[in-house]
Amino acid sequence: MKILVCISKTPDTTAKIAFTDNNTKFATDGVQWIINPYDEWYALVRALELKEKDPATVLHLVTVGSADTEPIIRKALALGGDEAIRVNADSHDSYYIAAQIAEIARQGQYDLVFTGKETIDYNGSSIGGMVAELLDMPFISLAVKFELAGTTATVTREIEGGEEVAEVNLPMVVSCQKGVAEARIPNMRGIMAARTKPLKVVDPAAAETLTEIVSFTLPPAKAGVKLVPADNPEELVRLLHEEAKII
Amino acid sequence: MSVLIFADQFEGHIKKSSYEALSYGAKLAEMMGTSAEGLVLGTIKDDLSSLGKYGVNKIHHVNDASLDHLDAQQYAAVIADAVKQLQATVVVFSNNLSGKAVAPRLSARLKAGLVAGAVALPDLSNGFVVKKNVFSGKAFAQIAVKTDIKIVALNPNSYSITMVDGTAAINNLTISAGSPRVKITATNKVSGAVPLGEAELVISGGRGLKGPENWGLVEDLANLIGAATACSRAVADAHWRPHHEHVGQTGLAIAPNLYFAIGISGAIQHLAGVNRSKVIVVVNKDPEAPFFKAADYGIVGDAFEVMPKVIEAVRKLKGK
Repeated sequence: MKILVCISKTPDTTAKIAFTDNNTKFATDGVQWIINPYDEWYALVRALELKEKDPATVLHLVTVGSADTEPIIRKALALGGDEAIRVNADSHDSYYIAAQIAEIARQGQYDLVFTGKETIDYNGSSIGGMVAELLDMPFISLAVKFELAGTTATVTREIEGGEEVAEVNLPMVVSCQKGVAEARIPNMRGIMAARTKPLKVVDPAAAETLTEIVSFTLPPAKAGVKLVPADNPEELVRLLHEEAKII
Repeated sequence: MSVLIFADQFEGHIKKSSYEALSYGAKLAEMMGTSAEGLVLGTIKDDLSSLGKYGVNKIHHVNDASLDHLDAQQYAAVIADAVKQLQATVVVFSNNLSGKAVAPRLSARLKAGLVAGAVALPDLSNGFVVKKNVFSGKAFAQIAVKTDIKIVALNPNSYSITMVDGTAAINNLTISAGSPRVKITATNKVSGAVPLGEAELVISGGRGLKGPENWGLVEDLANLIGAATACSRAVADAHWRPHHEHVGQTGLAIAPNLYFAIGISGAIQHLAGVNRSKVIVVVNKDPEAPFFKAADYGIVGDAFEVMPKVIEAVRKLKGK
């Protein structure tokens, strides 16, 4: 069994969101970077669990990014995984990134490709589906449970107002969210081991970009909260009915 | 040249989020001076011609039972064929759970640029530029699509439906659907409840409610106004409420018209999942709770004293 987990670098969930260069670039000054939580907590940890169950499993990580992504991929390796591949390219176009991952997956002949459900910065939810299409593999999005028996996966995915269980034969691509696994904290042995694990850097494959970011904007500031005294909650209901016209 | 809107279904019924996509696509077609046409896959129980009231002229229906369940791979292949047959130049999806599965596949298949999570109509004054949510609701990006065929996936609850008088003509489209590679073995849907992602009104509870036995305060208000119920991460982690009710950065991101939070402090990770709500109401006994900064209306007070009175006032208002 060969598993590839896609790892993305994102700003910390509490990072201040601001833009520079005439609102065309994210302001990275003072920003703490983390592994995209969905990639780390769910995709990577589920892959680790599968490897723990079947130690013959080969587990590789892939990221598409410039050299400053390396601390993040080392952090991911501290949780586990045999080696990492960094495609040396910097892009915000989902198709371009997916094309790079698909190329790595094709060369490595992986049985399973895991992604997080989305990144917390660009919120595209697109990479998994695109990679699956480029590889002509089945794709289950937004998985909340993933079980494997031989080469058949039983995957539970979220649907509107419920869940659906699907059976799929490998190879396949899965995007993972809460429920698939429980977040872990790397231990000292893992952190030490990660320093010497192979981190291969490869040049990007030729691929097009289909979109580009023109500019960013921040949402207008809220007017401020209108507080209603605690001894007069009826006033809140009146405001919601007559002013906000929402109930 | 046309705008093709994928109207997705579950168990034969078109989803509400698809009505928004149809209405959005109809307006976009009007801006482009072209026709708006819907695309429906699988066996349908609804009257498809009535979808004309969302402004589409025509519904193309691939009436093939092998498409009754979502297999993203099969769906993308069929939709790609339809795009080619009908020479569509823009494809609109709802960025709902099926849209997230299918739109990226279609984008890669057709090499057509995708904007996933659109929140407004495209700006056509200089190319095709679509505003989308980024940084988990904390900012927007304007994305230019550079390819001839463009794909837009519209975030649920971000575009207001406009109704018109009209019926859509039905065209049975024949496209070889192949067979799904994904076998659905079980579907567990909470029957009767409003799906959280589609709900216009949401009542949500946090740790301040002290335990699952107190959820009557959330449920009573929700039942009175037809709202869905939600909860914070702490509540889902403590198993007071099912995980599918968890909203926030790591749960579901929602954008209802009303988000009513009871006993939730409003950590930044929670706000990331709800900050696109149109009206936010916060009831919390801590005046320093960060949620008040993001709220439109609030009461600083004990939920156990405040909420019964709120519920009573709503009951009177609704005459129930």
